[in-house]
Amino acid sequence: MATTKLKINGKEHAVDVDPSTPLLWVLRDHLNLVGTKYGCGVASCGACVVHLEGEAVRSCVTKVSRAAGKEVVTIEGLSENGDHPLQQAWEQVDVPQCGYCQSGQIMSAAVLLREIPNPTDEEIDLAMTGNICRCGTYLRIRKAIHLAAEIQNEIK
Amino acid sequence: MKSKTGQKEIRHSYKLTAALSVLAILMTLMVTISARSESAAFGSKDKEVFADQRKRDSVKSVEAFSKVYSVLISPRCVNCHPAGDVPLQGDDSHLHAMLPQRGKEGKGMLTMKCANCHQSENTRGPHTPPGNPNWHLPPADMKMVFEGKSASELAKQLMDPAQNGHKDMKALIAHADDALVLWGWEPGDGRTLPPLSHKEFKEAWITWLKNGAYAPEK
Repeated sequence: MATTKLKINGKEHAVDVDPSTPLLWVLRDHLNLVGTKYGCGVASCGACVVHLEGEAVRSCVTKVSRAAGKEVVTIEGLSENGDHPLQQAWEQVDVPQCGYCQSGQIMSAAVLLREIPNPTDEEIDLAMTGNICRCGTYLRIRKAIHLAAEIQNEIK
Repeated sequence: MKSKTGQKEIRHSYKLTAALSVLAILMTLMVTISARSESAAFGSKDKEVFADQRKRDSVKSVEAFSKVYSVLISPRCVNCHPAGDVPLQGDDSHLHAMLPQRGKEGKGMLTMKCANCHQSENTRGPHTPPGNPNWHLPPADMKMVFEGKSASELAKQLMDPAQNGHKDMKALIAHADDALVLWGWEPGDGRTLPPLSHKEFKEAWITWLKNGAYAPEK
């Protein structure tokens, strides 16, 4: 065990865990940030995506020691009031079915929109190919990302 | 005074000597050109390494490369030197699940950057991402493809600075101990090792290079 200092969604935390503990379990079990989901545990589904220094890392295979002293953003911190353009679009398009993968989908889409503000279908598919949805909501995800891009442009 | 017959003999002798000299020069040129076509081009920087050209041994070099080649086309090497822009995976070298793209720098792109899943070390357990601090594919402008290359093609590619990441002879020798190359011999759970030990590979690699880096015929 060791104390690891983390900055998650703008707040400082100190957790006493084994440094090799996956970030996902620190978020969920120690800090009660349960919006980030456990899916496969081997970085193959995308349900656990969070932002580490702005990158869409998979928290199930990311040791908490890697996140020490760095900026982590989870779905809970993507926006202050749940009104990020993607969250608005997700609601308008009514994307989720079971919803389990959706926080990971949104966190990945947020990185895409940051890097490509107006992505094409092909760019969306390339960026979202690592996020699996067992309910098959892919077409609604794509539609919502286009809508979020429009909302983002209007805000700017 | 020499007789007319004697003068004719001298002129004939001069002509013969000149002809033989020209023939010798031509043969030297042909041998040089032939050697260059078989061995890769060596830059001026490599002169020190190859100061003693008599050390070149095409048979020894080609024999060593057959060992080198067996490692380079093993999954641990070829999987990150794909012909396309998606890395390969597994001992059967299938396309990487989720189809991550090479990206400009070889480090993935958008949400699918290599380091998003691949940590600085192997993740424990079967089917987990292998890791290294510098996990990447060759960059888009220098793909250094191994997949599908014959031994001859790969040997020539490896010795061409325009295709080998601008490596000169010293850099090529040093590359045998590159951290990502060494990962191939510690690939993590469930992955087979290359057919030679790293020591055997390095020995064959240096033997190939120092004996002229000759490319096999096929």
